[in-house]
Amino acid sequence: MKSLISIHDFSRDEMLHVLQRAAEFEKNPHQTLLDGKVIASIFFEPSTRTRLSFETAVNRLGARVVGFSDVKNTSVSKGETLKDTIKTVANYVDLIVMRHPLEGSARYAAEVASVPVINAGDGANQHPSQTLLDLYSIQKTQGRLNDIRITMIGDLKYGRTVHSLLQALSLFNARFKFIAPPELQMPDEYKACLRHKGLPFEEHTDLSNNIDDADILYMTRVQQERFQDSIEYEKVKNSYSLKKSMLAKAKPTMKILHPLPRVNEIDADVDDTPHAYYFEQARNGIFTRMAIIACLLIPGFSCPATAQETESKNELSKIRKT
Amino acid sequence: MINENEFKVTAIKDGTVIDHVPSKQLFKVIEILGLENYNNQITFGMNLESKKLGNKAIIKIADRFFEDDDINRIALIAPQAKLNIIRDYRVVEKHRVTIPEIITGIAKCANPHCVTNHQPVETRFSARPSGSGILLTCCYCEKTTDKINVIR
Repeated sequence: MKSLISIHDFSRDEMLHVLQRAAEFEKNPHQTLLDGKVIASIFFEPSTRTRLSFETAVNRLGARVVGFSDVKNTSVSKGETLKDTIKTVANYVDLIVMRHPLEGSARYAAEVASVPVINAGDGANQHPSQTLLDLYSIQKTQGRLNDIRITMIGDLKYGRTVHSLLQALSLFNARFKFIAPPELQMPDEYKACLRHKGLPFEEHTDLSNNIDDADILYMTRVQQERFQDSIEYEKVKNSYSLKKSMLAKAKPTMKILHPLPRVNEIDADVDDTPHAYYFEQARNGIFTRMAIIACLLIPGFSCPATAQETESKNELSKIRKT
Repeated sequence: MINENEFKVTAIKDGTVIDHVPSKQLFKVIEILGLENYNNQITFGMNLESKKLGNKAIIKIADRFFEDDDINRIALIAPQAKLNIIRDYRVVEKHRVTIPEIITGIAKCANPHCVTNHQPVETRFSARPSGSGILLTCCYCEKTTDKINVIR
């Protein structure tokens, strides 16, 4: 793995390998593996969680961070091309973490950079570290990734996190339910992908009757700007809001995930239930990102099937039991 | 046997005849192959009768023989095109164009938010046939489209 650009670049085994490494880092989060390395965190558009999570992961690995989170103070505001910015930054650091509003910008950056690039979000296209941390959270809470029943709720049309997660989970024989208003249904190309793989899915517009059989509820934000008619938005916004009272018959092991930030799609009274997992999910992002960075920068770290590997598998199974 | 259409466009002694080009795409094919900068004789005819296409164009390029990779670049807009290699006024080889797996620098990405539409990046698509047309998936933004917008 030279760069991490898209979840499509990953095989099932490569995903599992990163998750194993993440479990090891969760057990031992204070590392000096990357002592002496410098990592660029360049964010061409705003982010709190992703940027801080990546920068924390870098620090926990013993490396240092340089970068920017506002292009106003950089040469980009003078009209510098992305290529020139990336080629320059690549001279300074060992790895680049980049978020950029243009779709495909991360692939392009990886082509022109002389160091590995991690895509921390390229517009509406890909956000692969989010997908890997979602998989890690599912594996950690359910003890498995295979045969998961997942209900995806909210903006399924534009949400890049649900699209990437759908593609990743389709490698693990998942069963899907899609709950969305008619304006924000899962696009046909993703449903075609599931049909092609022979994976069952259901589509509904009602949330409350589709919770009880789920292992995972994956909530997303329904954004007002997606609606042409603001009256339509007002009508649906509360229909996709999860409340504690709706969870009475949920499986005891069911967990609620959300890429965050949430607005009103999960009521605050859900936070204290054993089903709420979104803050732990954000915490899992640290270990997953540590694993991604280490796999890219440490020679041999990404090689599967070593003695250490068997040991780490045992460690992982111990973590699952706790 | 030389048919009536062949007579309408001057014969060449040696070179390549590109047949079954949709008439509407003739000038784009010329552009993609860079023929506007070629100094030897080129003759072409358009709006000729065709049983297959209804209406076709034909291009005859003297003393020019194409590599497969070069000629397959026109598959995007002329997927039914046929090549006749001419030696001493006779057809010695016939080829069909085939759709390349990767198409570089010919089409524009249909996604307005794609990096290739905002930065000086050469476009690159993976191509696959779909019905009578072609589906292109942008190697950068990963969007798939059947709308082919040729830039060169």
